[in-house]
Amino acid sequence: MYGLAAIYRKELEDHFSNVRFTLLLTVILMISLIMAFMTGAGLRKELEGFTKPALVFLMLFTSTGTLFSLVQFVAFFGPLIGLVLGFDAINRERAQRTLAKLVAQPIHRDAIINGKFLAGITTVALLLAAITLMTAGLGLWVLGVVPGGEEVGRLGAWLVLSVFYVGFWLGLAIFCSVVLRGMATSALAVLAVWIFLAFFVPLGATLIADGVAPVDSQATIETALRHEQIKRAVNYVSPIALYSDATAVMLDPLRRTTRSLILMGPLERVSLSRFESPLPLAQSALVVAPHLMLLLAATLTCFAASYACFMRQEVRTT
Amino acid sequence: MAPIIEARDLTKRYGEQVAVNRLNLAVGEGEIFGFLGPNGAGKTTTILMLLGLSEPTAGSARVCGLDPARDPVRVKRLVGYLPENVGFYEDMTGFENLHYVARLNGLRNRDSRPRVQTVLEQVGLAGEARKRVGAYSHGMRQRLGIAEVLLKDPRAVFLDEPTLGLDPDGTRKMLEMIRSLSRDRGITVFFSSHLLDQVQRLSDRVGIMLGGSLVAAGPIHELAQQSLGVGRESYTLEEIYMRYFRETQMAA
Repeated sequence: MYGLAAIYRKELEDHFSNVRFTLLLTVILMISLIMAFMTGAGLRKELEGFTKPALVFLMLFTSTGTLFSLVQFVAFFGPLIGLVLGFDAINRERAQRTLAKLVAQPIHRDAIINGKFLAGITTVALLLAAITLMTAGLGLWVLGVVPGGEEVGRLGAWLVLSVFYVGFWLGLAIFCSVVLRGMATSALAVLAVWIFLAFFVPLGATLIADGVAPVDSQATIETALRHEQIKRAVNYVSPIALYSDATAVMLDPLRRTTRSLILMGPLERVSLSRFESPLPLAQSALVVAPHLMLLLAATLTCFAASYACFMRQEVRTT
Repeated sequence: MAPIIEARDLTKRYGEQVAVNRLNLAVGEGEIFGFLGPNGAGKTTTILMLLGLSEPTAGSARVCGLDPARDPVRVKRLVGYLPENVGFYEDMTGFENLHYVARLNGLRNRDSRPRVQTVLEQVGLAGEARKRVGAYSHGMRQRLGIAEVLLKDPRAVFLDEPTLGLDPDGTRKMLEMIRSLSRDRGITVFFSSHLLDQVQRLSDRVGIMLGGSLVAAGPIHELAQQSLGVGRESYTLEEIYMRYFRETQMAA
């Protein structure tokens, strides 16, 4: 156990004293500050003269303002955080020839990779919590609205989701650092996966759906539905889609489903617009539970793969 | 007395290639054992197997009465290892590097500091302890490596090419340090090297490794008798080594 504790501590120290990390932190904090301020000010202007709508505090995180929302920002740049924290975890030790002596210490070999992963996750959690709290604090000041218990709960759930999401990218980056010897190669590999999942999977999803169930002017409702379902299923290969859908439900209580296309009769539509009422937190949590499980599974798969590869690798430095 | 390091038919194969072939050897407590052989002869692989860092394909080893393949953590608690061309965390100071290793060895913060200070003084680096390792010379790095090995107060140490790339003065200091480990502290030293005259000056016994097999092991004068014939008054380890080397090449 002392091995794990020592490695965990050193890795945390490394993360926090690293120039790379400091730069990333500055950029992220700056962007989130600016965004919180802009959306906050925008919201205030919009809401002038209205009675306080329900759950206005959450809009601070979801409203797109002039550029994009904080939630979208995390969905897009989360991978970058994971990459920066993990891409050189193991291969740096190899390159500077410290791995051989590290494994020669009286510790279990898995303490090295466990310690690195845990330290990374801790850093991610701290970073995301800092962004959230700063945005919330600024929001309090700009909006003058105090969040209720429900809103705090939703933000907490979003934070957990986000940590798992960035954890997936961290796991992927550590996996690349185990398998690939070069640090630049491993960073590029993570970037490639990111680009693939962020841009090519949605494109592929549309193409596949068009191919299997083409929707034209004479298409029936069933075909349209099938088209949507296929597109969604393929899209969920990417954790980015999983995360975006899950956060949308978590932070927008008026959404009852993660589906984008909903077929409704006229009566249902009327009732929805007349009696629009937010979903309770527990129900929202129920809707996103599968997404959370899938995200967690993806993260654990990445970690397990890097663990297995690392434990089998020879120590030979040459 | 039971040997502190013992290998029985130790074998390592990577696919078709045999890195170490049925190696048998025993090293007694407090001895200095010189391990000779060209690059790629399987010296480092042997050391890794004896430490439990690499699993043998066949055969077994015992180090300090323990099986390194089964109980690597306990073996590593008793045995130090200085890898060839050891690396350090460049932007940490010498002190911080050792402090980290001390914590990995289970020392608490308050026990670690005086311990690190002591070993730094033993290798003559106390003055440079607060400098970043990035600014260390090669000789200082090797000495820092020895200090790191001493942190755990080992019963035996494996030094892989400890004098490689050192200048004459650095080499002399390193050899002096190795000798004092054995003579003053009773630590068993198992070291590999190319520099035959140094091995001859230092070692009680040597082993010669060629192409994955240990072709000879024993006190140098016995090897001289075996390979060069009886009655030679003066011999060098280089002559002995070259004799074995040529024999193996002829056979192959």
